[in-house]
Amino acid sequence: MHEMSIALAIVDQVEITARPAGARAVSSVRVQVGELAGVVPDALAFSFELACTETVLEGAELVMEPVTARARCGPCAHTWAAGMPPQLSCPVCGGTRTELLSGRELQIVSVSWHDAPSAVPTHQER
Amino acid sequence: MCRVVDLQQAVLAKNDACARALREDLAARGTAVVNLLSSPGSGKTALLERELTLARHRGVPVAALTADLATENDARRLARSGVPVKQVLTDGLCHLEAGMLGGHLDGWLPPDTRLLFIENVGNLVCPASYDLGETLRVALASVTEGEDKPLKYPTAFGLAHLVVVTKSDIAEAVGFDEAAFRANVERINPGVEIVCTSARRGEGDGALLDRALAARDGAPVHTPVMARQHHPHHEPASVVDPASVTDSLAKSGS
Repeated sequence: MHEMSIALAIVDQVEITARPAGARAVSSVRVQVGELAGVVPDALAFSFELACTETVLEGAELVMEPVTARARCGPCAHTWAAGMPPQLSCPVCGGTRTELLSGRELQIVSVSWHDAPSAVPTHQER
Repeated sequence: MCRVVDLQQAVLAKNDACARALREDLAARGTAVVNLLSSPGSGKTALLERELTLARHRGVPVAALTADLATENDARRLARSGVPVKQVLTDGLCHLEAGMLGGHLDGWLPPDTRLLFIENVGNLVCPASYDLGETLRVALASVTEGEDKPLKYPTAFGLAHLVVVTKSDIAEAVGFDEAAFRANVERINPGVEIVCTSARRGEGDGALLDRALAARDGAPVHTPVMARQHHPHHEPASVVDPASVTDSLAKSGS
């Protein structure tokens, strides 16, 4: 199960971005997961929760956006949903010069976080 | 204050950057990497043993890294070929990542090596997601595994530059339908070459070595449909630029 490695990579990248920007707590991470990315969403959700422990992402929600695999035939321009297992030679003309339009995404789209509170003046400063 | 920041970063950007650097470093010294993927027991080691031995007889400098969760059995078998071999123990990890390789190569890989074969952990799921800086990715399936193996593991076979069938000497005994296997591969990876081999009988000896050497010397390598999607996953610009984060923070502050 490589979803733990994937989850750790997500946490690592979010931390690198969020900490220097002053994030106190990351509340959610939005990720696109393509049908052909080779990632099992349930396993990733499970691993993500563990990977977030004792980081600025502790308790963060992982929002996964599934992306359907779609393909287009170069010669005949037919476009189709590849399905699973994927059909990547053209179902109409049998052509092999296929372009994959979507389905391989494994992408962090956005991150939501709460900023650290600005320094509150002490009694003496007031 | 709550902020939503657009990141648009490939999850595997770090591995991909590491793999790219490794590919470039090795290419600068004339070495190309061949990444072998298959399920456990499909015959990667037996095939590799023959190809390494053949390379040594032909005077082609090659080396091999072999990865397993435990034991050095495969390194011992491959070392019989007489070429430099090293065992990588993953301590339970189900795949290799590009960042794990550098430490194994430093001070070990002979500088004149033309091909570095990497026998990945026996697993058709996880290794498929990780570029190891290879020039040639090879997916293997033995005739005992069934004709539909490529359909069951579409990422592993769909991203391969070459597909190798092993144990062809027992194809008839196990009722392997080669035409059906070829049709299944063609469905997910149209145009990829499929070669049949038997390490026991010597069928297809040199097929892997010849194709790897050609790729190393710049011959065109098959581009799988699955690798053709224009995607940030494989672009160098996906590492975070703190300035761009600051910009998007300014735009998205709420």
